[in-house]
Amino acid sequence: MNSTPIRADFDVIAGWMRPGERVLDLGCGDGSLLARLIEERGVHGYGIELDDASVLAAIGRGINVIQGDLEQVLAGFDEATFNHVVLSRTLQTVRHTERVLTEMLRVGREAVVSFPNFAYWKNRLAIMNGRMPVSEDLPYEWFDTPNLRFFTMLDFEALCARMRLVIRERQVLDEAGRLVGEEPNFLGSLAVYRLGR
Amino acid sequence: MCIGTVIPQYAHFAEPLTLQSGAVLPAFDLVYETYGQLNAARSNAILVCHALSGQHHVAGRYADQPENLGWWDNIIGPGRPLDTERFFIVGVNNLGGCHGSTGPASLNPGTGKPWGADFPVVTVTDWVSAQARLADHLGIEAWAAVIGGSLGGMQALQWAISQPERVRHSLVIAAAPKLSAENIAFNEIARQAILTDPDFHGGHYYAHGVRPLRGLRLARMLGHITYLSDDQMAEKFGRRQRPGAGSYSFDVEFEIESYLRHQGDKFAGIFDANTYLRMTRALDYFDPALEHGGDLAQALAPARAGFLVIAFTTDWRFSPARSREIVHALVRNGQPVAYAESGCAHGHDSFLMEDAHYHAVVAAYLQRIGL
Repeated sequence: MNSTPIRADFDVIAGWMRPGERVLDLGCGDGSLLARLIEERGVHGYGIELDDASVLAAIGRGINVIQGDLEQVLAGFDEATFNHVVLSRTLQTVRHTERVLTEMLRVGREAVVSFPNFAYWKNRLAIMNGRMPVSEDLPYEWFDTPNLRFFTMLDFEALCARMRLVIRERQVLDEAGRLVGEEPNFLGSLAVYRLGR
Repeated sequence: MCIGTVIPQYAHFAEPLTLQSGAVLPAFDLVYETYGQLNAARSNAILVCHALSGQHHVAGRYADQPENLGWWDNIIGPGRPLDTERFFIVGVNNLGGCHGSTGPASLNPGTGKPWGADFPVVTVTDWVSAQARLADHLGIEAWAAVIGGSLGGMQALQWAISQPERVRHSLVIAAAPKLSAENIAFNEIARQAILTDPDFHGGHYYAHGVRPLRGLRLARMLGHITYLSDDQMAEKFGRRQRPGAGSYSFDVEFEIESYLRHQGDKFAGIFDANTYLRMTRALDYFDPALEHGGDLAQALAPARAGFLVIAFTTDWRFSPARSREIVHALVRNGQPVAYAESGCAHGHDSFLMEDAHYHAVVAAYLQRIGL
């Protein structure tokens, strides 16, 4: 199985940024998304990352990276410090899902969240065949995975409704990185949302 | 690689220096060392600020004292994070010090005797003013970076605030934006140990031919505990005993006692008590947010530097939470900052250690500085 190309995810996110805006990328890795947003969209970017090697790589490319646990670092920011707080392909690894979403919309005016859609048809097929899906968007065996939460687009939208978060925009991608129109919860392997209050 | 043989240099400043307290130093000397070459554009200079007990001998060895290695030699030299092939590095002994710069043991030109207790209390801001004179003397308009650990990190922070046009990058390591009550409490006990030593003579002990060694020794023993981590002490000493222990006396019985006494004796032998008093007071007073109603972001707003802040998870004297206060204030202002955390086991002293992640981060940050 192919994974949705990382650039397709970034393309959607980059399209939502405007020059001069302040962006916080949670779990920014080596800073490749931020580097792109800074270069192409002219944003002021900060990232949070826990892993030593990723922090080092991000510092090497000149990224404003803050090393530490996501929730701990978030707690130190003032309200509405950022225009966008981005959580790219990471929500499924977060333990306190609601708390993190709430914090994102406290320190940011908008939350941008992308995640692998567990209801994608190939994942459904794997389950039908009796096995948990392993793909490049969900590349881990069930017994050895950083992913704590397995949820679908419908699940996520139900949570947003329960938390009274406003879905401002949604883009759904297939494995080739193409936008999905019809039946997104069936045909989409990666979903990207802009959320507000 | 070690930089090799180095020599200290002296600079005399004949212009009076008005201190934060209002006191005026009529003139002063600073002793310093340099490593590497200043480039033609004079754009590759890095100032290294020292902590409580440091001085100007930051790297290399003296020809006549080959065992006397600079206190931060492991980070400075060809191919090291502060790469002398690329940067011109300056280490300076601060005003009020006891390693060659004008301090309490220097002669007071007004009396012809050592200053002693009459040497003014100096602050981090005063040190930045004095260091700026040295920068003028060396023809350095702006530092590529100012770097320091602990009290040295506070100077790096103060430089960015006081002299925004003269600092391109500020590297603040194992520091805090101000001391906590607990920090000040430890300093106060250290000072009381010195002030109550019968050999202190109100700070004019030079005239009596004695030094308050017992007080200074106690001060250092106390300080030393706060530089280490509980885990590291447990690992290094545990409850291990010395030969002949169990004598039901108060002799040295545990290894930790032996270690602290050794550290105390060593330090009291080379350091000046009046300097120790002033260094701890400078720590207590450091609080750049004070004149901004406690708003650190407002205090940092004038800075034009990029910041690298580093903290150590085993440091309980200035914990990572204290460094994050600096980071969050900078982010609030939209100022550039990177923050790294190291798990190096050596507590507050970790900033002096050769920890892989810590050194790699400093190297990566400095490599991206254009000269």
